[in-house]
Amino acid sequence: METLIQVFFNPAIVAKVWPFLLQGFGTTLMLSALVIPLGLAGGLLLALASTHASRWIRGGAMVYVDFFRAFPPLVLLIFIYFGFPFLSIEMPKLAAVALGFFLNTSSYYGEIFRAGIESIARGQMEAALSMGLKKRQAYRHIILPQAVKNVLPDLVSNTLEVIKLTTLASVVALPELLNNARQAQALTYNATPIVLAALMYLALLWPIVRLMSLLEHKHLATR
Amino acid sequence: MSNLERLLASFFNPDVALRYLPRIAEGMLVTLGLGLAVIVTGVAVGLGLAILRALRIPFTRWMIVGFADIFRALPPLVIIIVLYFAFPYIGLSMNAFTATWLSLSLVLAAFAEEVFWAGILSVHKGQWDAALSLGLSHWKSLREVILPQAIRLTVPPLTNRVISITKGTALGSVVALHEILNVASSGASEAGNPTPLTLGAIAYLILFIPFVWFGRRLEKRFAWKR
Repeated sequence: METLIQVFFNPAIVAKVWPFLLQGFGTTLMLSALVIPLGLAGGLLLALASTHASRWIRGGAMVYVDFFRAFPPLVLLIFIYFGFPFLSIEMPKLAAVALGFFLNTSSYYGEIFRAGIESIARGQMEAALSMGLKKRQAYRHIILPQAVKNVLPDLVSNTLEVIKLTTLASVVALPELLNNARQAQALTYNATPIVLAALMYLALLWPIVRLMSLLEHKHLATR
Repeated sequence: MSNLERLLASFFNPDVALRYLPRIAEGMLVTLGLGLAVIVTGVAVGLGLAILRALRIPFTRWMIVGFADIFRALPPLVIIIVLYFAFPYIGLSMNAFTATWLSLSLVLAAFAEEVFWAGILSVHKGQWDAALSLGLSHWKSLREVILPQAIRLTVPPLTNRVISITKGTALGSVVALHEILNVASSGASEAGNPTPLTLGAIAYLILFIPFVWFGRRLEKRFAWKR
């Protein structure tokens, strides 16, 4: 037990690495705050495209979504980060990470929004248009609010996945929480920084998991 | 050299492609084997836990909810790194395949348990009453009456989870498991040319596009009728 604490939760090491991990935690939050709104906006556009009247626009959106859902996000990130310099396109780390995550998350958010829009009866749009609303207004005031409400549990669940996704940035040494924890582990020859980082992720994400469960059960009950 | 030629020479270089094709194919086999192992373990453990939860044995409920919460909250890469880099400090070493397989299976089990549990809950309570009043035992009611109906509902959400978690096999590259991404990126740095990465990307599309289409078809088939 003594040794277990020494290597897994050594108080001296916790004190030493805490500021460094906290810095990484800040970057994780910043990265999430960048990728989530971008992904939501891109997803919404994709959903509007995949429910568009034109077959070509619909098809294009579907190809995009299927393509980026089939790619593991890490593959996308490595491709952008290590492949683009061969085209003499130098990308800052943050830009490569943000682009890779955007392509991945927007396709997932897109599918969710599409399901939401399709869950609204066509009559709603017809009613809105016949009342003199423009299509744009109908989407904004009638269709989308109901669509979002219908798929709220999936949106929360995907947002959880996006925050978990940010750990992949450690592979290209972006100094987020997991990256800093691994560096600290290598410097201290001790597992404490990794365990501490895992606990920090748990503290951040567990409330979202609870919220997700709550929403899902509520959803099930109102069906 | 024009831009297009340069693009082709770096991303679709035939010489490099031919040289690295066998290695990428080997990586594909590792990804496939790992993916299948994760799917079988994760879905089986998840179903087992949901059944255990449905039998309402005292104390098991909190343990199962705790398990599902923890492994749904933790990023899979963090779990892989804890298993692979932290556990050896307490004398528990495992190879890259085991660490990746175990991590992803735990994550899939946690999500699958929740999906199966939601399916079980969504079967009307009257079905339980009817089965029990026919003299079926608790276990038999669950197996013969509830589960067959519950599992139908769980197919589309479970398929999506299975796809996204199986794609996590690429995370094995971080602990130097020789799956597609790992052989592709080491090939790219060895050759000084990104063609192996392109091959790797194509390999992933070959493996996963059919899954994504299959998931789409299932969703259409099981969609609620408007």
